[in-house]
Amino acid sequence: MQEAMINKAKQLLSEGVVNRVIGWKRGEFAYDITPAVFENAEEIEKSFVYDDFTAANVSKYLVKESKKDGKILAFLKPCDTYSFNQLIKEHRIIRENVYIVGIPGGPKLDAEKIKAKGITGILGVKNENYTLKIDTIYGEETMPFYEAVLDKCASCKSKKHVIYDELIGEDGDTLDSNRFDMVEKLENMTAQERYDFWRSQLSKCIRCNACRNVCPACTCEKCVFDNPDSGIENKAPSDSFEENMFHIIRAFHVAGRCTDCGECSRVCPQNIPLHLLNRKFIKDINTFYGEFQAGEDITSLAPLNEFKQNDCEANIIHERGVE
Amino acid sequence: MQRIGVFVCHCGTNIAATIDVKAVAETLSKEPGVIVSQDYQYMCSESGQNLVKNAIKEHNLTGVVVCSCSPRMHENTFRKAAASAGLNPYLVEIANIREQCSWIHKDIASATEKAIILGKAAVAKVHLNAPLTAGESPVVKRALVIGGGIAGIQTALDIAEAGFDVDIVEKNPTIGGKMAQIDKTFPTLDCAACILTPKMVEASQNEHITIHSFSEISDVKGFVGNFTVTIKKKARFVDETKCTGCGLCTEKCPMKKVPNEFNMGLDNRSAIYIPFAQAVPKVATIDPNYCMMMKTGKCGICSKVCSAGAIDYKQQDQYIEQKYGAIVVATGFNPINLDKYDEFAYNQCPDVVTSLELERLMNAAGPNGGTLLRPSDKTHPHKIVFVQCVGSRCDDSKGKPYCSKICCMYTAKHAMLIREKYPDTEVYVFYIDVRTPGKNFDEFYRRAVEQYNVHYIKGMVGKVTPRSDGKIDVQASDLLANEQLHIDADMVVLAAAIEPDKTARPLATMLTTQMDTNDFFTEAHPKLRPVESATAGIFLSGACQGPKDIPETVAQASAAAAKAIGLLVKNSITCNPCVAHSNELMCNGCSSCEKVCPYGAITYIDKEFKMPDRTVAIRRVASVNPAVCQGCGACTVACPSGAMDLNGFSNSQIIAEVDAICK
Amino acid sequence: MQVNENKEFQPLIVAFCCNWCSYAGADLAGTNRLNYPDNIKIIRVPCSCRVNPMFILRAFQRGADGVILCGCHPGDCHYTSGNYFTRRRMTLLFSMLDFLGIERNRTRVEWVSAAEGAKFAATMNEFTEAVKKLGPNRRLEDLRCRKQ
Repeated sequence: MQEAMINKAKQLLSEGVVNRVIGWKRGEFAYDITPAVFENAEEIEKSFVYDDFTAANVSKYLVKESKKDGKILAFLKPCDTYSFNQLIKEHRIIRENVYIVGIPGGPKLDAEKIKAKGITGILGVKNENYTLKIDTIYGEETMPFYEAVLDKCASCKSKKHVIYDELIGEDGDTLDSNRFDMVEKLENMTAQERYDFWRSQLSKCIRCNACRNVCPACTCEKCVFDNPDSGIENKAPSDSFEENMFHIIRAFHVAGRCTDCGECSRVCPQNIPLHLLNRKFIKDINTFYGEFQAGEDITSLAPLNEFKQNDCEANIIHERGVE
Repeated sequence: MQRIGVFVCHCGTNIAATIDVKAVAETLSKEPGVIVSQDYQYMCSESGQNLVKNAIKEHNLTGVVVCSCSPRMHENTFRKAAASAGLNPYLVEIANIREQCSWIHKDIASATEKAIILGKAAVAKVHLNAPLTAGESPVVKRALVIGGGIAGIQTALDIAEAGFDVDIVEKNPTIGGKMAQIDKTFPTLDCAACILTPKMVEASQNEHITIHSFSEISDVKGFVGNFTVTIKKKARFVDETKCTGCGLCTEKCPMKKVPNEFNMGLDNRSAIYIPFAQAVPKVATIDPNYCMMMKTGKCGICSKVCSAGAIDYKQQDQYIEQKYGAIVVATGFNPINLDKYDEFAYNQCPDVVTSLELERLMNAAGPNGGTLLRPSDKTHPHKIVFVQCVGSRCDDSKGKPYCSKICCMYTAKHAMLIREKYPDTEVYVFYIDVRTPGKNFDEFYRRAVEQYNVHYIKGMVGKVTPRSDGKIDVQASDLLANEQLHIDADMVVLAAAIEPDKTARPLATMLTTQMDTNDFFTEAHPKLRPVESATAGIFLSGACQGPKDIPETVAQASAAAAKAIGLLVKNSITCNPCVAHSNELMCNGCSSCEKVCPYGAITYIDKEFKMPDRTVAIRRVASVNPAVCQGCGACTVACPSGAMDLNGFSNSQIIAEVDAICK
Repeated sequence: MQVNENKEFQPLIVAFCCNWCSYAGADLAGTNRLNYPDNIKIIRVPCSCRVNPMFILRAFQRGADGVILCGCHPGDCHYTSGNYFTRRRMTLLFSMLDFLGIERNRTRVEWVSAAEGAKFAATMNEFTEAVKKLGPNRRLEDLRCRKQ
């Protein structure tokens, strides 16, 4: 796949269709794959990477990149195309300035899960019949492939590209996902259990803002939490509630816009399952206002930007579920 | 550095009796930025306002907090005072320590503490207030009058007289209201129809007046100067423009067993009907609940006899949308339902009637052609008992706590008319008090007692029992003679309390106007603004605001018209400067705000920005039209970046209030 | 807020009221001298849709024990549709707070018209009682803001 992508990139560059390519390159470690912009064939040849660790969603980078001169080539996995569409809908990306090549998606691997098995010094991985062969500086190790898959890929909702100029490989379909299982499990706990769960999770937050910085829906010119005029400006969590406030407001701001790409949890250095907050909103929106998938199209109104006269009343919250 | 003045009002004892105003002023004087803190007996009085003005000038204040009544009451007063002293009026904040503190709390310590907290919140907010300048919005030169009784007719005529177009919306097939049902009027005893019907005709012929009869208000949107109202013209199954009112259809209609509402159900009408001879508009209406053609599809006689071809069995409800600058509510009253008053045997005996039914029984156009006969056997009654205060001044849940005001006088009128016309009839009136304030009212009542020998007995009727011989046994007590009485009456007349029309409450909701617990519309000020509602551009006319007799109703109707005219003559009104604005540097251009704006006040523009890295970028940013924005703030919450904020209620101002309250 | 001599827990409740209906309803309760507890502190907003979730969370953070949001009845919003947006926003926000284990009876949305002074007073009485039962808000407050 990496080979086909490199060839496509070089072809489009040489034909003058695009003048830049956004893809990924490797950092210090084998599993440290981050988005990068390439301006010529040599750079691509040298460092363009697309492998089992390439999970990062490049859509958000296009907010800035699409506003530069010339057209940019972007390789988008199915989940990334939802984010991309949503950004077009919000006028954050100039569509004409992006050439999209749809590529097959995951499942992608979570290096933390491999490390959790005591496997360190990772040099590379190979999937052989769903057994993951891991080449390390200490020799080869194996583990079941699916035990190393990223949480966000394990609950994949769609293999379908909702927007592209051309595809490499075949397009997939939307999937019956089990993504709301954990939300449901929490909903069925008592309020005290839920509180304890979230307190134990959110108290780990160090307010590094990684979730905010990676989120394709968090593209504000200036975040309310950085804006002195908002009245709630704050930087670091100094006590028990500020991180709650930050994460609730962040989830609320992306409610109805979040495509459930799962990047927030993937990048969290403290492994807080932040995506559960977003999924809770998505689940509620689906239950209260009808099925809605952000980014599926570019015309529908976000659930919080519309209403029906017979919407349920807020007290429905008081009348259902576990107290 | 802020220089804030705090002014605490006693409101006589309204505030000072429950709140230690000195302590409030003293505590607030220690708040940051407060350099003067005073209390005064009546801050809204001229000398109170001067106190504020002088302090602004003397201390060069940058903000004013008035701890007083609701901002809905006097915010404007103090804003004007500040403006006249050279301070931007939007640098004034009100802490509501009367309606939301002194009037609802009894304990002085806790009420004072709450007043201090509310004061602190206002001080915290005023710190962040910005000077604002108001724009202007045009006034639609057309008024809507809801209700076509004497109140609505008078208001409409007065507004039309001033040269403005007026629409009357009346839910019944004809205008005229209750006054059209009344026989004679007190204290002059002139005939109601003789003075009302010319006005009805005048209204129908006035080029400025449009009458929508058999219509209702289905929706009200907008604001003072620019309301958009949807009027539902109910299907009457007769083409109004074709019907000549000849009445042939009503004569030929075979279905004649329909209770006649206009005669209080004392006789019958046909299924196609014109309520009364002088109806305006004089147009027939088909009652689909009784019409054979509508119910079974067999009949169609009215259609056959109508030479104008006006009958249309397939007519549908029609909705008209119209813009108005002012709305006058004149929805009037009804007598209460007497189902709960079995002690008076109203539902058991046809000869126990309400006063309004008696009006019809005595009316020349009524069921008996003006001869007073008992409904049961059409014989002449020789002994009539009037019972006062049926459901009025009641402290139980059956009735109304208020005095219905008109009953004493119309009962004196009825008694007098009966004695005049039928001197052989004995008339008894049982009363709690006889209330006759009004020009020539007491003289009128005394004539009833002294010249016409009506027996006025102070006391309540305990029980009314119909007897098998057709007489009605009235058990009552005479409080002055301290004895129990039994009167074998031929008729009993109940002075039923009056209540606001049932359509008033849903209407109040649509108009966002206040109502009291009895469903009477609440005036903006009980003394000084008696014909305006608290919602700008909505005025009150007649009994919808409280029980009234005809002269009072007409006076209030004309007053409401004058207020509406005062609004309509203006070409524009000053608009609310508390509108949304977008900080372009932070705007993402995401369109969320545009999607939730009910007024379409937000548009997007591409604008050039000099970026920090010295490049120029063209960005899509939101732009608010301040003349169209009404300041709801929906956009401010839809905006994730906080770029959209609301003047006068900014994010930081509200958070400052929250912090001050929760400190 | 501790004012009562008998040391009964006195919750602090912030009520956001829209200017056109609920604030007027509160005024009407005052005009009719209908008592409700002094625990209620009202903040006037033009429309219920002006209430940002940030305000509600901030109130809890700073030590409020309950927050109630009052607006015009659905369909009667002075601004036509503001309260419909409020309804969606608050439904989702309250559901989220519930999801985080915050006692759900600390939050409430009520529609109170300008004519419903009695309903306003009754609602406030009832809500204060409900919050009293829950005791002090410990799950949302910022410990730095706790009174010593």
